[in-house]
Amino acid sequence: MNTDIAVVAFAQTEHTGEDSGLSEVELLAPVITGVKRRTGLTRFGFTCSGSLDYLAGAPFSFVSALDAVGAWPPISESHVEMDAAWALYEAWARLRHGDIDTALVYGFGKPSQVRGDGGSELRELMTLRLDPYYLAPLGPDQVSLAALQARAYLDQGHKEDDLRAVAARSRAAGRANPFALDLPDPEGDEYEVAPLRPGDCPPVTDGAAAIVLATGDKARELCERPAWISGIDHRTEAHSLGARDLARSESAALAGERAGVRDGAGDIEVAELHAQFSHEELILREALGLGDDVRVNPSGGPLAADPVMATGLIRIGEAASWIHRGEASRVLAHAASGPCLQANLICVMSHG
Amino acid sequence: MAEACAVIGVGQTRYRSRRDDVSIAGLVREAALRALDDAGLTFKDIDAVVIGKAPDLFEGVMMPESYLADALGARGKPMTRVHTAGSVGGSTALVAASLVQGGVHDRVLVVAWEKQSESNATWALSTHPPLTPSLVVGAGGYFAPHIRAYMARTGCPDHIGTIVAVKDRRNALKNPYAHLRIEGISREMVEATPMLWEPIRYLETCPSSDGAAAMVLASPSAARGAPNPPAWVHGGAMRSEPIFFAGRDTVNPRAGRDCAADVYRQAGITDPRRELDCAEVYVPFSWYEPMWLENLGFCAEGEGWKLTESGATALDGDIPWNASGGVLSSNPIGASGLIRFAEAAQQVRGLAGEHQVEGARRALGHAYGGGAQFYAMWVVGSERP
Amino acid sequence: MPRSDEGEQGLLTAAHSLEFPGGYTRSVGPVIGRFLTELRDGRLVGVRTAAGSVLFPPAEYDADGEAVTEEFVDVGPEGVVGAYAWVPRPRPSHPLDRPFAWALITPDGAGTAMLHVLDLGVLDAGAKPPRALRAGLRVRPKWRAERTGTINDIECFRPVVTTINAPVHADYRLSAGQALTRFLSGIAEGRILGHRCGVCGKVYVPMKGLCPVDGVPTTEEVEVPDTGTVTTYAVNNIPDPRAPGVPFVSAYVLLDGADIAMLALVAGIPADQVRMGMRVRAVWRPREEWDQNMANIKWFAPTGEDDVPYDDLRDHL
Repeated sequence: MNTDIAVVAFAQTEHTGEDSGLSEVELLAPVITGVKRRTGLTRFGFTCSGSLDYLAGAPFSFVSALDAVGAWPPISESHVEMDAAWALYEAWARLRHGDIDTALVYGFGKPSQVRGDGGSELRELMTLRLDPYYLAPLGPDQVSLAALQARAYLDQGHKEDDLRAVAARSRAAGRANPFALDLPDPEGDEYEVAPLRPGDCPPVTDGAAAIVLATGDKARELCERPAWISGIDHRTEAHSLGARDLARSESAALAGERAGVRDGAGDIEVAELHAQFSHEELILREALGLGDDVRVNPSGGPLAADPVMATGLIRIGEAASWIHRGEASRVLAHAASGPCLQANLICVMSHG
Repeated sequence: MAEACAVIGVGQTRYRSRRDDVSIAGLVREAALRALDDAGLTFKDIDAVVIGKAPDLFEGVMMPESYLADALGARGKPMTRVHTAGSVGGSTALVAASLVQGGVHDRVLVVAWEKQSESNATWALSTHPPLTPSLVVGAGGYFAPHIRAYMARTGCPDHIGTIVAVKDRRNALKNPYAHLRIEGISREMVEATPMLWEPIRYLETCPSSDGAAAMVLASPSAARGAPNPPAWVHGGAMRSEPIFFAGRDTVNPRAGRDCAADVYRQAGITDPRRELDCAEVYVPFSWYEPMWLENLGFCAEGEGWKLTESGATALDGDIPWNASGGVLSSNPIGASGLIRFAEAAQQVRGLAGEHQVEGARRALGHAYGGGAQFYAMWVVGSERP
Repeated sequence: MPRSDEGEQGLLTAAHSLEFPGGYTRSVGPVIGRFLTELRDGRLVGVRTAAGSVLFPPAEYDADGEAVTEEFVDVGPEGVVGAYAWVPRPRPSHPLDRPFAWALITPDGAGTAMLHVLDLGVLDAGAKPPRALRAGLRVRPKWRAERTGTINDIECFRPVVTTINAPVHADYRLSAGQALTRFLSGIAEGRILGHRCGVCGKVYVPMKGLCPVDGVPTTEEVEVPDTGTVTTYAVNNIPDPRAPGVPFVSAYVLLDGADIAMLALVAGIPADQVRMGMRVRAVWRPREEWDQNMANIKWFAPTGEDDVPYDDLRDHL
């Protein structure tokens, strides 16, 4: 069983807040080329991707993405209809078998295309992932449900100012990040859906990302400072909102525990969290025991760039980059799926 | 060295054109509970859940793993949703097996389904995106030209397809789960049905079915306690190639050949026709049986139709294909690949009931999807490898 | 004074009504009274007979005249349809003014049925009986908002819910992407463009901006003529809005100079005369109808040249 698996390369697009005119495969191709150049590899033992048909408005949108990979001769390849962080998990599990030593993982999304003349956007589309009998017919969009969770969190004794601080910090970090969006400081008092203001919500973002995983000596050969995955796990909660404690993230805590985040997470230096809404960052910090000394979302996080289906993978890539640059020894990346942080994936990486 | 992986439980629903007696959760639970029952387990004993299905457009429920977490007892567990077009049922099984083989989990529940009667499979497969330069045709319209090319390439007679159509539906009469149950099916009956996309006739086409299939996969230590005989995974592989590229062989795609070669290598098989006892192969249009016989190395290129014509692939032949009735008899699209994998497992477990192939000890499960570009296959056996 | 007039046959007639003002006041007795009181409260009850079965609706005696017990039993609210009669054109005295059914309905737990009204939805006058109407259909009462203690406190029965209708609508604004935009701008001018891959040298029409085999970007533009060869094809007997009619032919057309075929309509020849290897040329719409759209080309039609031999096609199949 091969347990020495590392992130050895990461590339992402310069994400855009509007449709750049490039198709999904045109967005993705330079990112794939980027990680191939960085590693010198043209073929991989396994390839896995994450994307969402409904973003493209057609079934099988991942099929044309394969053109960006150069799948000839035929490749061993799979796909999840989830954030590509789950594709990375699948690749990690596959690498453990020991018969292959490299894997290519990628994700992409163009949520800017999800819009109708009536003003519908991605947040409306996300209603389709809800219970089709009791929830979807009511039409609660993603922001409305997030606001419900924000309320549950604030009612535990927290302040709206805490949310605004997360929003401001994230946007500022995003401005300093060439890959994220340049968004102005959040201002104004008007709510999107109370208690969330526009700055507390993710910007619609198009983008793609790719990561290369490698094992053992291969990883050392491809990368000066591989980001070794010391633990990775994911857990889901119930879908039924009434059955959950929305103020806490039990599944993030459980996944963190299984991924080796120890009590108080004292040794984690940097954490990239897939917090699409500001309250989510605060809930996750608590669940994972991340103290004030941890740098959270130095990239700006999803509040500065949210290329849906790649956002979680980018958290892993961003966190790994700190190890690649020799600027941190132990980092954590988180990815989320489902309404109100229903499912959570934690990936802990370290330098040695 | 990867861990061994066993199938210790299999569950299926009766496939029909509309399961209007159940919700989506009801449908998947039916299969899941049967598989758990077969394995002597409950949801509590499961470590992870892997689900797979074809495009969400069929049911209009996006990313259904969220909604189904409660229904499949996944609270507090990892849950993943695989989507690889038509091969998805097969790749879902392989993703689940990978978790066991990678030593990550001991017991994994795998479920695949489709409730395509909630909309319409034809509509969902041809949503006519604007701007596309290509003509978009349905599945039959896509595959018919390649079947024509096969016939031209081999010079075979044009009744081979009907032989397969009759064989698979006759087998279905012995499978209590099968959708199409056509008593007295004969070549005359098939040939009397209208030509849909020449050379594919109506009765040479798969039905549109609602249904679900599930398996419980286990590590060797977890398999020890299983009440019913396990099927052991002897090999598994996935291969993909681009759908359109210069020089692509659309009749005998290399991805299919490479995938089979990988699986056979893992299982130590050099002569599949002789070393396998039966095969469950994804044949949605009758002519794909002779084409896949060649693609999967059961005979030399150009000879597939002769093998079919000889009766070798019939239930009483020496290499029965689709003893369950196959995709031609039941086709809940997202589940069809898993059904092939599960039926192969049932054969080597000796649990295939009336459509059991006597003494089957090694079987192939096969699924393909997209424009015949995605392949997922496994070989299972009665003995631990 | 009643009006009289000469009728059609020369008869002397006059209209006349009988109506006791305010209606009759009927006392119901204890058993019917109990039933109607429960009904007014939105509940169904039956009464147990001496023989042990549950009589519904309750009466003081069973069908044989035997006195019933004093035990009232909750039944329903759900029940099962037995016999029924579909009324396509209701009469003024009928309980609904649109098509409905009379039905004998046995609530769960009752041993006998009651006649009442079955509402199967809003249908046009004269409608045929809906498919759902059959013996065994499970139904529930629709209670009237204002109830007074009569059999009409139940407005009607309706089938239990078995499905919901879920309209799903997602709007998109899709962009064509760079490569496709360039290709379609060529089509807008009557030109068919592709790219040659710098690594393998193959020409892709339409171009995708990259080579799917080598995974590298492609930039070298190539224009190909609108003539080509049918490699293989299908004769479709299922209609499609873009095709002229059935049967229609969808074919892989390898344009001269391209290394990959395009799926397109072939017309201008009876479907059963199309062959693998047939030479074709694009049939364009009138120039004034052109747009940045593949629909500028209606279909491909035979040129009349000799067919390309199978051996020259085999690498493209």
